Amino acid sequence: MKKLPDAEALLPGLAAELGARVSPATAMIGLYTGGAWLAERLHALLGLKQPLGLMDIAFYRDDYAKEGLKHDPKRTRIPFEVEGRDLLLVDDVLYTGRTVRAAMNELFDYGRPRSIALVVLADRGGRQLPICAQHCGAQVEVPEGMRLRLKRAADGRLSLELERAA
Amino acid sequence: MQRNPQLNASGELQHLLSIEGLPREILLQILDTAESFAGVTEREVKKVPLLRGKSVFNLFFEASTRTRTTFEIAAKRLSADVINLNIAVSSQSKGESLLDTVANLSAMQADLFVVRHASSGAPYLIARHVKPHEHVINAGDGRHAHPTQGLLDLYTIRHYKQDFSRLTVAIVGDLLHSRVARSLIHGLTTLGVPEVRAIGPQTLLPAGVESLGVRVFHDMRSGLRDCDVVVMLRLQSERMNGALLPSAQEFFKHYGLTAEKLALARPDAIVMHPGPMNRGVEIDSSVADGPHSVILPQVTFGIAVRMAVMSIVAGN
Repeated sequence: MKKLPDAEALLPGLAAELGARVSPATAMIGLYTGGAWLAERLHALLGLKQPLGLMDIAFYRDDYAKEGLKHDPKRTRIPFEVEGRDLLLVDDVLYTGRTVRAAMNELFDYGRPRSIALVVLADRGGRQLPICAQHCGAQVEVPEGMRLRLKRAADGRLSLELERAA
Repeated sequence: MQRNPQLNASGELQHLLSIEGLPREILLQILDTAESFAGVTEREVKKVPLLRGKSVFNLFFEASTRTRTTFEIAAKRLSADVINLNIAVSSQSKGESLLDTVANLSAMQADLFVVRHASSGAPYLIARHVKPHEHVINAGDGRHAHPTQGLLDLYTIRHYKQDFSRLTVAIVGDLLHSRVARSLIHGLTTLGVPEVRAIGPQTLLPAGVESLGVRVFHDMRSGLRDCDVVVMLRLQSERMNGALLPSAQEFFKHYGLTAEKLALARPDAIVMHPGPMNRGVEIDSSVADGPHSVILPQVTFGIAVRMAVMSIVAGN
Protein backbone atom coordinates (compact mmCIF):
# COMPACT_ATOMS: atom_id res chain seq x y z
CA MET A 1 0.00 0.00 0.00
CA LYS A 2 1.21 3.49 -0.85
CA LYS A 3 2.21 5.80 1.98
CA LEU A 4 -0.35 8.45 2.96
CA PRO A 5 0.58 12.03 2.10
CA ASP A 6 1.84 14.29 4.89
CA ALA A 7 -1.02 16.66 5.76
CA GLU A 8 1.31 19.41 6.98
CA ALA A 9 3.30 19.29 3.72
CA LEU A 10 0.10 19.73 1.68
CA LEU A 11 -1.00 22.91 3.48
CA PRO A 12 1.33 25.52 1.89
CA GLY A 13 0.49 24.40 -1.65
CA LEU A 14 -3.24 24.43 -0.95
CA ALA A 15 -3.00 27.87 0.65
CA ALA A 16 -1.01 29.24 -2.30
CA GLU A 17 -3.62 27.93 -4.74
CA LEU A 18 -6.43 29.55 -2.73
CA GLY A 19 -4.48 32.80 -2.31
CA ALA A 20 -4.84 33.40 -6.03
CA ARG A 21 -8.65 33.48 -5.85
CA VAL A 22 -9.53 35.18 -2.56
CA SER A 23 -10.62 38.79 -2.16
CA PRO A 24 -11.26 40.76 1.05
CA ALA A 25 -14.92 39.75 0.82
CA THR A 26 -14.20 35.99 0.58
CA ALA A 27 -15.27 33.99 3.62
CA MET A 28 -14.40 30.47 4.74
CA ILE A 29 -16.48 27.79 6.47
CA GLY A 30 -15.01 24.61 7.97
CA LEU A 31 -17.05 21.44 8.52
CA TYR A 32 -16.71 19.75 11.90
CA THR A 33 -14.51 18.13 12.96
CA GLY A 34 -11.59 17.60 10.57
CA GLY A 35 -12.67 20.31 8.13
CA ALA A 36 -12.81 22.82 10.98
CA TRP A 37 -9.19 22.04 11.95
CA LEU A 38 -8.07 22.39 8.33
CA ALA A 39 -10.05 25.61 7.89
CA GLU A 40 -8.47 27.15 10.99
CA ARG A 41 -5.03 26.59 9.49
CA LEU A 42 -5.91 27.78 5.98
CA HIS A 43 -7.78 30.80 7.35
CA ALA A 44 -4.65 31.87 9.24
CA LEU A 45 -2.28 31.16 6.32
CA LEU A 46 -4.46 33.23 3.96
CA GLY A 47 -4.99 36.03 6.48
CA LEU A 48 -8.68 36.26 5.53
CA LYS A 49 -10.48 39.39 6.74
CA GLN A 50 -13.83 37.72 7.40
CA PRO A 51 -14.00 35.66 10.61
CA LEU A 52 -14.04 31.88 10.15
CA GLY A 53 -17.40 30.09 10.04
CA LEU A 54 -17.83 26.60 11.52
CA MET A 55 -20.60 24.24 10.56
CA ASP A 56 -21.98 20.94 11.87
CA ILE A 57 -24.28 19.35 9.29
CA ALA A 58 -25.91 16.92 11.79
CA PHE A 59 -29.39 18.43 11.26
CA TYR A 60 -29.12 18.08 7.46
CA ARG A 61 -27.75 14.54 7.12
CA ASP A 62 -29.56 12.19 4.73
CA ASP A 63 -29.14 9.13 6.98
CA TYR A 64 -31.10 10.43 10.01
CA ALA A 65 -33.94 7.97 9.39
CA LYS A 66 -31.43 5.11 9.51
CA GLU A 67 -28.88 6.31 12.02
CA GLY A 68 -30.72 8.81 14.19
CA LEU A 69 -29.14 12.00 15.45
CA LYS A 70 -25.45 11.80 16.20
CA HIS A 71 -24.51 12.29 19.80
CA ASP A 72 -22.66 15.57 20.06
CA PRO A 73 -23.72 17.96 17.33
CA LYS A 74 -21.73 21.17 17.54
CA ARG A 75 -23.39 24.54 17.15
CA THR A 76 -23.04 26.00 13.67
CA ARG A 77 -21.62 29.53 13.83
CA ILE A 78 -21.50 31.69 10.75
CA PRO A 79 -20.30 35.13 11.86
CA PHE A 80 -20.79 36.89 8.51
CA GLU A 81 -23.54 37.59 6.01
CA VAL A 82 -23.88 34.64 3.59
CA GLU A 83 -26.08 36.54 1.11
CA GLY A 84 -24.10 37.47 -2.00
CA ARG A 85 -20.80 36.15 -0.61
CA ASP A 86 -18.01 34.13 -2.27
CA LEU A 87 -17.48 31.16 0.03
CA LEU A 88 -14.77 28.57 0.51
CA LEU A 89 -16.26 25.41 2.01
CA VAL A 90 -13.54 23.33 3.67
CA ASP A 91 -13.59 19.63 4.59
CA ASP A 92 -10.81 17.19 5.34
CA VAL A 93 -11.71 14.23 3.14
CA LEU A 94 -14.03 14.12 0.13
CA TYR A 95 -15.68 10.72 -0.37
CA THR A 96 -19.37 10.12 -1.21
CA GLY A 97 -20.22 13.82 -1.45
CA ARG A 98 -23.15 13.47 0.98
CA THR A 99 -21.61 15.73 3.63
CA VAL A 100 -21.09 18.48 1.06
CA ARG A 101 -24.69 18.12 -0.14
CA ALA A 102 -25.89 18.54 3.45
CA ALA A 103 -23.58 21.51 4.02
CA MET A 104 -24.88 23.32 0.95
CA ASN A 105 -28.47 22.79 2.07
CA GLU A 106 -27.65 24.23 5.49
CA LEU A 107 -25.78 27.16 3.94
CA PHE A 108 -28.76 28.18 1.87
CA ASP A 109 -30.81 28.51 5.06
CA TYR A 110 -28.45 31.36 5.93
CA GLY A 111 -28.74 33.12 2.58
CA ARG A 112 -27.91 32.89 -1.12
CA PRO A 113 -24.15 32.93 -1.61
CA ARG A 114 -22.68 34.30 -4.84
CA SER A 115 -20.46 31.23 -5.18
CA ILE A 116 -19.24 28.23 -3.22
CA ALA A 117 -15.91 26.53 -3.91
CA LEU A 118 -15.09 23.22 -2.24
CA VAL A 119 -11.65 22.85 -0.65
CA VAL A 120 -10.47 19.44 0.62
CA LEU A 121 -7.19 18.08 1.85
CA ALA A 122 -7.74 14.63 0.35
CA ASP A 123 -10.06 13.18 -2.30
CA ARG A 124 -10.49 9.44 -1.97
CA GLY A 125 -12.93 9.01 -4.89
CA GLY A 126 -16.11 6.94 -4.50
CA ARG A 127 -18.55 9.75 -5.19
CA GLN A 128 -22.28 8.94 -4.96
CA LEU A 129 -23.41 12.46 -5.86
CA PRO A 130 -22.42 14.87 -8.65
CA ILE A 131 -19.98 16.88 -6.50
CA CYS A 132 -16.32 17.69 -7.04
CA ALA A 133 -13.66 19.71 -5.24
CA GLN A 134 -12.30 22.87 -6.85
CA HIS A 135 -9.18 22.73 -4.67
CA CYS A 136 -7.73 19.44 -3.50
CA GLY A 137 -4.47 18.74 -1.66
CA ALA A 138 -4.04 15.15 -2.81
CA GLN A 139 -5.78 12.16 -4.39
CA VAL A 140 -5.58 9.24 -1.98
CA GLU A 141 -6.41 5.59 -2.61
CA VAL A 142 -8.15 4.01 0.34
CA PRO A 143 -8.48 0.22 0.66
CA GLU A 144 -11.98 -1.17 0.95
CA GLY A 145 -13.43 -1.25 4.49
CA MET A 146 -11.13 1.56 5.61
CA ARG A 147 -11.81 5.17 6.47
CA LEU A 148 -9.48 8.10 5.86
CA ARG A 149 -9.50 10.66 8.66
CA LEU A 150 -7.69 13.81 9.63
CA LYS A 151 -6.18 13.75 13.11
CA ARG A 152 -4.92 16.66 15.17
CA ALA A 153 -2.11 16.10 17.67
CA ALA A 154 -1.83 17.91 20.99
CA ASP A 155 0.66 20.36 19.43
CA GLY A 156 -1.82 21.14 16.63
CA ARG A 157 -0.06 19.16 13.87
CA LEU A 158 -2.43 17.61 11.35
CA SER A 159 -2.01 14.14 9.89
CA LEU A 160 -3.99 11.80 7.67
CA GLU A 161 -4.69 8.34 9.07
CA LEU A 162 -6.47 5.18 8.01
CA GLU A 163 -8.83 3.38 10.33
CA ARG A 164 -11.26 0.52 9.98
CA ALA A 165 -14.71 1.76 8.91
CA ALA A 166 -17.35 1.18 11.58
CA MET B 1 -34.13 -6.46 36.00
CA GLN B 2 -36.91 -4.54 34.35
CA ARG B 3 -35.78 -2.37 31.48
CA ASN B 4 -36.26 1.40 31.77
CA PRO B 5 -39.38 1.95 29.61
CA GLN B 6 -37.83 5.09 28.12
CA LEU B 7 -34.77 3.39 26.67
CA ASN B 8 -34.45 0.91 23.80
CA ALA B 9 -32.36 -2.26 23.92
CA SER B 10 -29.21 -0.26 23.09
CA GLY B 11 -29.84 2.14 25.99
CA GLU B 12 -30.89 5.01 23.71
CA LEU B 13 -33.78 7.34 24.45
CA GLN B 14 -36.90 6.03 22.72
CA HIS B 15 -39.55 7.89 24.72
CA LEU B 16 -39.16 10.75 27.17
CA LEU B 17 -41.40 9.99 30.13
CA SER B 18 -39.49 11.24 33.15
CA ILE B 19 -36.08 12.63 34.09
CA GLU B 20 -36.03 10.15 36.94
CA GLY B 21 -33.96 7.15 35.94
CA LEU B 22 -32.26 8.80 32.98
CA PRO B 23 -28.47 8.49 33.05
CA ARG B 24 -26.34 11.60 33.20
CA GLU B 25 -25.02 10.97 29.65
CA ILE B 26 -28.50 11.18 28.16
CA LEU B 27 -29.34 14.38 30.07
CA LEU B 28 -26.11 15.93 28.77
CA GLN B 29 -26.79 14.67 25.25
CA ILE B 30 -30.16 16.45 25.31
CA LEU B 31 -28.67 19.69 26.69
CA ASP B 32 -25.79 19.66 24.19
CA THR B 33 -28.12 18.96 21.27
CA ALA B 34 -30.43 21.75 22.46
CA GLU B 35 -27.44 24.09 22.45
CA SER B 36 -26.97 23.37 18.73
CA PHE B 37 -30.67 23.91 18.07
CA ALA B 38 -30.49 27.25 19.89
CA GLY B 39 -28.23 28.32 17.01
CA VAL B 40 -30.95 27.36 14.52
CA THR B 41 -33.57 29.39 16.36
CA GLU B 42 -31.42 32.52 16.00
CA ARG B 43 -31.22 32.29 12.22
CA GLU B 44 -33.33 33.96 9.58
CA VAL B 45 -34.65 30.53 8.46
CA LYS B 46 -35.45 28.87 11.79
CA LYS B 47 -36.06 25.44 10.32
CA VAL B 48 -34.11 22.24 9.72
CA PRO B 49 -35.34 19.28 7.65
CA LEU B 50 -34.82 16.50 10.23
CA LEU B 51 -38.46 15.47 10.80
CA ARG B 52 -39.74 16.16 7.28
CA GLY B 53 -42.63 13.83 6.55
CA LYS B 54 -43.15 12.88 10.21
CA SER B 55 -46.43 13.54 12.01
CA VAL B 56 -46.42 14.86 15.55
CA PHE B 57 -49.68 14.58 17.47
CA ASN B 58 -50.09 16.95 20.40
CA LEU B 59 -52.47 15.06 22.69
CA PHE B 60 -53.52 17.45 25.42
CA PHE B 61 -56.03 15.90 27.76
CA GLU B 62 -55.46 18.86 30.06
CA ALA B 63 -55.38 22.53 29.14
CA SER B 64 -52.07 24.21 28.35
CA THR B 65 -51.04 27.14 26.24
CA ARG B 66 -47.32 27.62 26.70
CA THR B 67 -46.27 23.97 26.66
CA ARG B 68 -48.48 23.01 23.74
CA THR B 69 -47.40 26.04 21.74
CA THR B 70 -43.69 25.51 22.32
CA PHE B 71 -44.02 21.83 21.34
CA GLU B 72 -45.84 22.92 18.21
CA ILE B 73 -43.18 25.49 17.31
CA ALA B 74 -40.41 22.98 18.03
CA ALA B 75 -42.02 20.35 15.78
CA LYS B 76 -42.55 22.89 12.99
CA ARG B 77 -38.94 24.03 13.21
CA LEU B 78 -37.96 20.40 12.68
CA SER B 79 -40.22 20.42 9.58
CA ALA B 80 -42.70 17.91 11.03
CA ASP B 81 -46.43 18.11 10.44
CA VAL B 82 -48.23 18.96 13.67
CA ILE B 83 -51.74 17.97 14.61
CA ASN B 84 -53.17 19.48 17.77
CA LEU B 85 -55.90 17.57 19.54
CA ASN B 86 -57.88 19.09 22.30
CA ILE B 87 -59.14 15.87 23.77
CA ALA B 88 -61.11 17.48 26.56
CA VAL B 89 -63.75 18.36 23.98
CA SER B 90 -63.22 15.33 21.77
CA SER B 91 -63.86 11.57 21.60
CA GLN B 92 -62.92 10.87 25.19
CA SER B 93 -65.87 12.92 26.29
CA LYS B 94 -67.89 10.51 24.15
CA GLY B 95 -66.50 7.62 26.14
CA GLU B 96 -63.55 6.42 24.03
CA SER B 97 -60.71 4.90 26.02
CA LEU B 98 -57.23 6.42 26.04
CA LEU B 99 -55.70 3.47 24.19
CA ASP B 100 -58.46 3.47 21.57
CA THR B 101 -57.82 7.15 20.92
CA VAL B 102 -54.11 6.43 20.47
CA ALA B 103 -54.77 3.37 18.28
CA ASN B 104 -56.88 5.52 15.98
CA LEU B 105 -54.21 8.16 15.70
CA SER B 106 -51.65 5.46 15.07
CA ALA B 107 -53.84 4.29 12.18
CA MET B 108 -53.47 7.84 10.82
CA GLN B 109 -49.70 7.17 10.70
CA ALA B 110 -48.49 9.08 13.70
CA ASP B 111 -44.77 9.11 14.49
CA LEU B 112 -44.66 11.06 17.73
CA PHE B 113 -47.18 11.58 20.51
CA VAL B 114 -46.75 14.53 22.85
CA VAL B 115 -49.01 13.75 25.79
CA ARG B 116 -50.34 15.81 28.65
CA HIS B 117 -52.73 14.09 31.00
CA ALA B 118 -54.18 14.75 34.44
CA SER B 119 -53.46 11.16 35.50
CA SER B 120 -49.95 10.26 36.54
CA GLY B 121 -48.61 7.45 34.37
CA ALA B 122 -50.86 8.00 31.32
CA PRO B 123 -47.85 8.57 28.99
CA TYR B 124 -46.30 5.31 30.30
CA LEU B 125 -49.44 3.43 29.42
CA ILE B 126 -49.37 4.86 25.89
CA ALA B 127 -45.63 4.17 25.50
CA ARG B 128 -46.22 0.50 26.37
CA HIS B 129 -48.77 0.14 23.59
CA VAL B 130 -47.38 2.13 20.65
CA LYS B 131 -45.65 0.52 17.65
CA PRO B 132 -41.85 0.31 17.61
CA HIS B 133 -41.46 3.32 15.28
CA GLU B 134 -43.77 5.51 17.38
CA HIS B 135 -42.44 7.65 20.21
CA VAL B 136 -44.02 9.27 23.26
CA ILE B 137 -43.01 12.47 25.01
CA ASN B 138 -44.54 13.31 28.36
CA ALA B 139 -45.69 16.93 28.44
CA GLY B 140 -46.88 16.65 32.04
CA ASP B 141 -48.74 13.83 33.79
CA GLY B 142 -50.68 14.51 36.98
CA ARG B 143 -48.39 15.40 39.84
CA HIS B 144 -45.76 13.00 38.56
CA ALA B 145 -43.42 14.52 35.98
CA HIS B 146 -42.92 17.26 33.41
CA PRO B 147 -39.57 16.25 31.98
CA THR B 148 -39.19 18.82 29.18
CA GLN B 149 -39.84 21.63 31.67
CA GLY B 150 -37.22 20.13 33.96
CA LEU B 151 -34.79 19.89 31.04
CA LEU B 152 -35.35 23.47 29.97
CA ASP B 153 -34.76 24.55 33.57
CA LEU B 154 -31.48 22.61 33.55
CA TYR B 155 -30.59 24.18 30.20
CA THR B 156 -31.31 27.65 31.59
CA ILE B 157 -29.19 27.03 34.68
CA ARG B 158 -26.29 25.75 32.60
CA HIS B 159 -26.62 28.69 30.21
CA TYR B 160 -26.21 31.24 33.00
CA LYS B 161 -24.06 29.31 35.50
CA GLN B 162 -22.07 26.91 33.24
CA ASP B 163 -20.89 24.50 35.94
CA PHE B 164 -23.44 22.46 37.94
CA SER B 165 -20.88 21.18 40.42
CA ARG B 166 -20.68 24.23 42.67
CA LEU B 167 -24.28 25.51 42.70
CA THR B 168 -26.88 26.01 45.37
CA VAL B 169 -30.38 25.83 43.91
CA ALA B 170 -33.55 26.66 45.85
CA ILE B 171 -37.00 25.53 44.75
CA VAL B 172 -39.67 27.57 46.50
CA GLY B 173 -43.37 27.23 47.15
CA ASP B 174 -45.92 24.55 46.33
CA LEU B 175 -43.71 21.51 45.73
CA LEU B 176 -46.49 19.16 46.75
CA HIS B 177 -48.60 19.67 43.64
CA SER B 178 -45.69 20.38 41.33
CA ARG B 179 -44.60 17.91 38.67
CA VAL B 180 -42.04 20.51 37.60
CA ALA B 181 -40.28 20.39 40.98
CA ARG B 182 -39.93 16.61 40.95
CA SER B 183 -38.46 16.53 37.45
CA LEU B 184 -36.06 19.33 38.26
CA ILE B 185 -34.85 17.79 41.53
CA HIS B 186 -34.02 14.51 39.75
CA GLY B 187 -32.17 16.38 37.02
CA LEU B 188 -30.18 18.57 39.39
CA THR B 189 -29.03 15.68 41.55
CA THR B 190 -28.16 13.54 38.50
CA LEU B 191 -26.01 16.35 37.11
CA GLY B 192 -24.15 16.74 40.38
CA VAL B 193 -25.58 19.93 41.93
CA PRO B 194 -24.22 19.71 45.50
CA GLU B 195 -27.06 21.55 47.25
CA VAL B 196 -30.72 21.55 46.29
CA ARG B 197 -33.08 23.23 48.75
CA ALA B 198 -36.84 22.92 49.07
CA ILE B 199 -38.44 25.97 50.65
CA GLY B 200 -42.09 26.01 51.63
CA PRO B 201 -44.63 25.42 54.37
CA GLN B 202 -44.87 21.88 55.70
CA THR B 203 -48.31 21.51 54.12
CA LEU B 204 -46.96 22.18 50.61
CA LEU B 205 -43.86 19.97 50.73
CA PRO B 206 -44.26 16.31 49.76
CA ALA B 207 -43.73 13.85 52.60
CA GLY B 208 -40.22 12.42 52.49
CA VAL B 209 -38.92 15.06 50.08
CA GLU B 210 -35.55 14.81 51.87
CA SER B 211 -35.13 11.33 50.43
CA LEU B 212 -34.78 12.93 46.98
CA GLY B 213 -31.57 14.56 48.23
CA VAL B 214 -32.86 18.05 49.11
CA ARG B 215 -32.46 20.21 52.22
CA VAL B 216 -35.76 21.44 53.58
CA PHE B 217 -36.34 25.01 54.83
CA HIS B 218 -39.58 26.38 56.19
CA ASP B 219 -38.09 29.83 56.66
CA MET B 220 -37.58 31.43 53.26
CA ARG B 221 -34.96 33.91 54.41
CA SER B 222 -32.57 31.27 55.71
CA GLY B 223 -33.30 29.06 52.69
CA LEU B 224 -32.41 31.75 50.17
CA ARG B 225 -29.08 32.63 51.75
CA ASP B 226 -26.22 32.34 49.22
CA CYS B 227 -28.34 30.67 46.54
CA ASP B 228 -27.16 30.84 42.91
CA VAL B 229 -30.51 29.88 41.46
CA VAL B 230 -34.02 30.51 42.81
CA VAL B 231 -36.84 28.56 41.16
CA MET B 232 -40.28 29.86 42.11
CA LEU B 233 -43.27 27.59 41.62
CA ARG B 234 -46.82 28.57 40.84
CA LEU B 235 -49.12 28.47 43.83
CA GLN B 236 -51.96 26.41 42.46
CA SER B 237 -54.79 28.73 43.41
CA GLU B 238 -57.30 25.91 43.06
CA ARG B 239 -55.71 24.52 46.26
CA MET B 240 -56.30 27.73 48.18
CA ASN B 241 -59.76 26.73 49.33
CA GLY B 242 -58.60 23.64 51.15
CA ALA B 243 -56.96 23.49 54.54
CA LEU B 244 -53.44 23.75 53.14
CA LEU B 245 -53.15 27.54 53.22
CA PRO B 246 -54.81 30.44 54.99
CA SER B 247 -54.78 32.95 52.11
CA ALA B 248 -52.80 34.19 49.13
CA GLN B 249 -51.78 37.31 51.07
CA GLU B 250 -50.50 35.21 53.93
CA PHE B 251 -48.58 32.99 51.50
CA PHE B 252 -46.98 35.99 49.81
CA LYS B 253 -45.88 37.38 53.14
CA HIS B 254 -43.95 34.20 54.01
CA TYR B 255 -43.02 32.64 50.66
CA GLY B 256 -43.47 35.35 48.02
CA LEU B 257 -40.20 36.40 46.37
CA THR B 258 -39.57 40.11 46.92
CA ALA B 259 -36.46 42.16 46.11
CA GLU B 260 -35.74 42.34 49.82
CA LYS B 261 -35.72 38.53 50.23
CA LEU B 262 -33.84 38.01 46.96
CA ALA B 263 -31.04 40.22 48.32
CA LEU B 264 -30.15 37.33 50.66
CA ALA B 265 -29.21 35.15 47.68
CA ARG B 266 -25.93 35.65 45.82
CA PRO B 267 -25.64 39.00 44.00
CA ASP B 268 -25.58 37.21 40.62
CA ALA B 269 -28.46 34.85 41.44
CA ILE B 270 -30.97 34.07 38.70
CA VAL B 271 -34.72 33.80 39.27
CA MET B 272 -36.74 31.24 37.33
CA HIS B 273 -40.43 30.37 37.12
CA PRO B 274 -42.07 27.69 34.95
CA GLY B 275 -45.16 29.86 34.41
CA PRO B 276 -47.91 30.75 34.45
CA MET B 277 -46.97 33.04 37.31
CA ASN B 278 -49.22 34.71 39.84
CA ARG B 279 -47.80 38.17 40.46
CA GLY B 280 -48.22 39.18 44.06
CA VAL B 281 -48.81 35.57 45.18
CA GLU B 282 -45.51 33.73 44.75
CA ILE B 283 -43.48 36.49 43.12
CA ASP B 284 -43.44 40.27 43.27
CA SER B 285 -43.67 42.10 39.95
CA SER B 286 -40.45 43.98 40.61
CA VAL B 287 -38.59 40.65 40.80
CA ALA B 288 -40.44 39.01 37.91
CA ASP B 289 -39.48 41.93 35.66
CA GLY B 290 -36.17 42.68 37.38
CA PRO B 291 -32.54 42.14 36.37
CA HIS B 292 -32.23 38.70 38.02
CA SER B 293 -35.24 37.27 36.21
CA VAL B 294 -34.62 34.78 33.38
CA ILE B 295 -38.27 33.75 33.14
CA LEU B 296 -38.76 34.78 29.50
CA PRO B 297 -35.42 33.31 28.28
CA GLN B 298 -36.65 30.03 29.84
CA VAL B 299 -39.54 30.04 27.36
CA THR B 300 -37.20 30.62 24.41
CA PHE B 301 -34.80 27.89 25.54
CA GLY B 302 -37.78 25.56 25.89
CA ILE B 303 -38.18 25.50 22.10
CA ALA B 304 -34.58 24.36 21.50
CA VAL B 305 -34.85 21.77 24.29
CA ARG B 306 -38.06 20.33 22.82
CA MET B 307 -36.47 20.25 19.35
CA ALA B 308 -33.60 18.27 20.86
CA VAL B 309 -35.87 15.78 22.63
CA MET B 310 -38.07 15.21 19.56
CA SER B 311 -35.17 14.73 17.17
CA ILE B 312 -33.33 12.38 19.53
CA VAL B 313 -36.30 10.09 20.27
CA ALA B 314 -37.60 10.09 16.69
CA GLY B 315 -34.16 9.00 15.46
CA ASN B 316 -33.81 6.08 17.88
